[in-house]
Amino acid sequence: MTGSGKDAALLWESGLEVLPVYGPEELERSGGSSAVGSPGEYPFTRGIHPLMYRHRPFTLRQYSGFGTAAETHERFLYLIRHGNTGLNVAFDLPTQCGFDSDDPMADGEVGRVGMAVDTLADMEEAFADIPLNEITVSLTINGAAVPIMAMYFAMARKRGFDLATLRGTAQNDILKEFIGRGTWIFPVEPSVKLVGDTLEFCARHAPKYSPVSVCGYHIRESGATPVQEMAYGLAIARAYIDHSLARGLDVDSVARGLSFNFDIFGNLWEQVCKFRAGRRLWARIVREQYGATDPRAMQLRMIAGGGGGGLTIEQPENNIVRGAYYALASALGGTQTMALCSFDEAYTIPSEHAARLSLRTMQLLIHEIGLADTVDPLAGSWFIETMTNEMEGAIAAELTRLDAGGGIVSAVAEGRLQAELSRQAYDREIRIARGEIPKVGVNMFRDDEEAPRPIELHRYRQEEADRQIQRLHHVKASRDGGAVAATLDALRTAARAGQNVMPAAIDAVEALATVGEVCAALADVYGRHREPVRF
Amino acid sequence: MSSPSSRPPRVLIAKPGLDGHDVGARIVCRALMDAGMEVIYTGLRASPRSVAAAALQEDVDVVGLSVLSGAHMPLARKVVDELRDAGALAIPVIVGGTVPASDVDALKALGVAAVFPTGSRLEDIVAFVRRQVTA
Repeated sequence: MTGSGKDAALLWESGLEVLPVYGPEELERSGGSSAVGSPGEYPFTRGIHPLMYRHRPFTLRQYSGFGTAAETHERFLYLIRHGNTGLNVAFDLPTQCGFDSDDPMADGEVGRVGMAVDTLADMEEAFADIPLNEITVSLTINGAAVPIMAMYFAMARKRGFDLATLRGTAQNDILKEFIGRGTWIFPVEPSVKLVGDTLEFCARHAPKYSPVSVCGYHIRESGATPVQEMAYGLAIARAYIDHSLARGLDVDSVARGLSFNFDIFGNLWEQVCKFRAGRRLWARIVREQYGATDPRAMQLRMIAGGGGGGLTIEQPENNIVRGAYYALASALGGTQTMALCSFDEAYTIPSEHAARLSLRTMQLLIHEIGLADTVDPLAGSWFIETMTNEMEGAIAAELTRLDAGGGIVSAVAEGRLQAELSRQAYDREIRIARGEIPKVGVNMFRDDEEAPRPIELHRYRQEEADRQIQRLHHVKASRDGGAVAATLDALRTAARAGQNVMPAAIDAVEALATVGEVCAALADVYGRHREPVRF
Repeated sequence: MSSPSSRPPRVLIAKPGLDGHDVGARIVCRALMDAGMEVIYTGLRASPRSVAAAALQEDVDVVGLSVLSGAHMPLARKVVDELRDAGALAIPVIVGGTVPASDVDALKALGVAAVFPTGSRLEDIVAFVRRQVTA
């Protein structure tokens, strides 16, 4: 990718050198093919299921949710009528950051980038009549995961669903929020403890629920190379396991609750090898380092799609083609679920037209292009297997380097990792500007007469924000204030005692305590995060 | 506000509001530093009042706001109000992020000196900031 001149070495973005020709000797030198194995079998290089897409193609999932619970509910019903079997819920920034809709910090943000949730009443309205046993709901919530998951479980229980069989997922990966995305609330250490609370609660009471989706995606978007993206994602997953083991959980039940979310842009082969290598390394780590015995605990399950970081504002139609190649990489990499970027998202909120094109791109791969024909079609290629071996080695080396520096939790808490990644993001920007990293339509094959692209945003509706605030005030006026105060006190007590806060959080939200009140009670004990700004 | 030519330009880059997308703001910080300027970065969740206070305390020549959530109008308005209340309206404010063309004039009417929507070139931002100092 970055090779220039006939004699220069060709290097992938992660720094691995690519030779002009591969044969059996190169594969042997890289470690051979003994670890390739069979699909559905340890170490899962070729995929986590024996028949992969022949049995069931990858799931297609789009992100949705805006405005009030009532509007989001209408949208959910529409999506279900059109055959969606999963819902991916976006929350507005105040909800994600633990502020109620009437908080001064929420001004101008209520319902803007997702659904506003203040109390259990909002959660109940959004999911009214939706069969939670048939539709899998994915909650994109991180900093405020405790009150939002508590509300989801409280709602499900109230509607008569058994937590023991309830399926669904929460993103709930707080460590990556400190690296990119930024919806943190509490300091790093107690934030990890709270993720541990949700893992423990689900392992004991909701074993079918996936409480954590570890996100390499946002780390890559913040400036990481593909090798670093995988390494830091695995390091975060290890941090959650380490924390859970320290509180007495067994590795099998914890690791089963972890899934992954990865990014795709850049070199096709590098992405495919990243997934095959990462899947194998994760299986080895969970079995060999942690002694897991359940194969499901060793399987790296993922959602992977493109890849906003690779898109360009210039000649945006090129992004349709880029997206198709990203989807191809995702399928060749063995993803379970695919969510693809929209061609216009480099400069605006994706239009419905662009979102539909993304959906069609993924459907084309399955129904016309043959990506579901056979399992792991690149297996056995001298090139792919050699580079999968080399990627695994590079990811493991990056993990060792991170461990030598004190591990990911301290690197994030001190802002060291953020500083390193933002330096890389800047270097990449400069190298693109200088033409050292080729970008079609940007630093080569430019159209000089190109018209500027219109940035469009959903109109902010102050009247809907006001309605949400009125609704919050109505709920607050009609609830039992004594019960709210008592349950929030119990929540503080549980937090101070180092106990799992989930049961007390569920009691509090059932008493109609707000997201802001639950987070404030926890902040009374844990404090609030102060971002370490380093360059 | 013009600064003596003996010191490098000083710039405050701020992330007001709840938006957590800081890749662009950090890239702009580095580009300004590479151009020899002194940069103060607030980090995420800066309140409009703290932005104005930091602008005064750090004696900056330019304040840059980065907003990608779409809340640039209310946030820019509040920052300008706070600067006015602090008697620091002379400090030019620039805004970057996901800003539709239709909002550019409205931002300028609030007193914003320039808008650099997503995709703007770093050298244009650096040049604009430099002009504010030498003007």
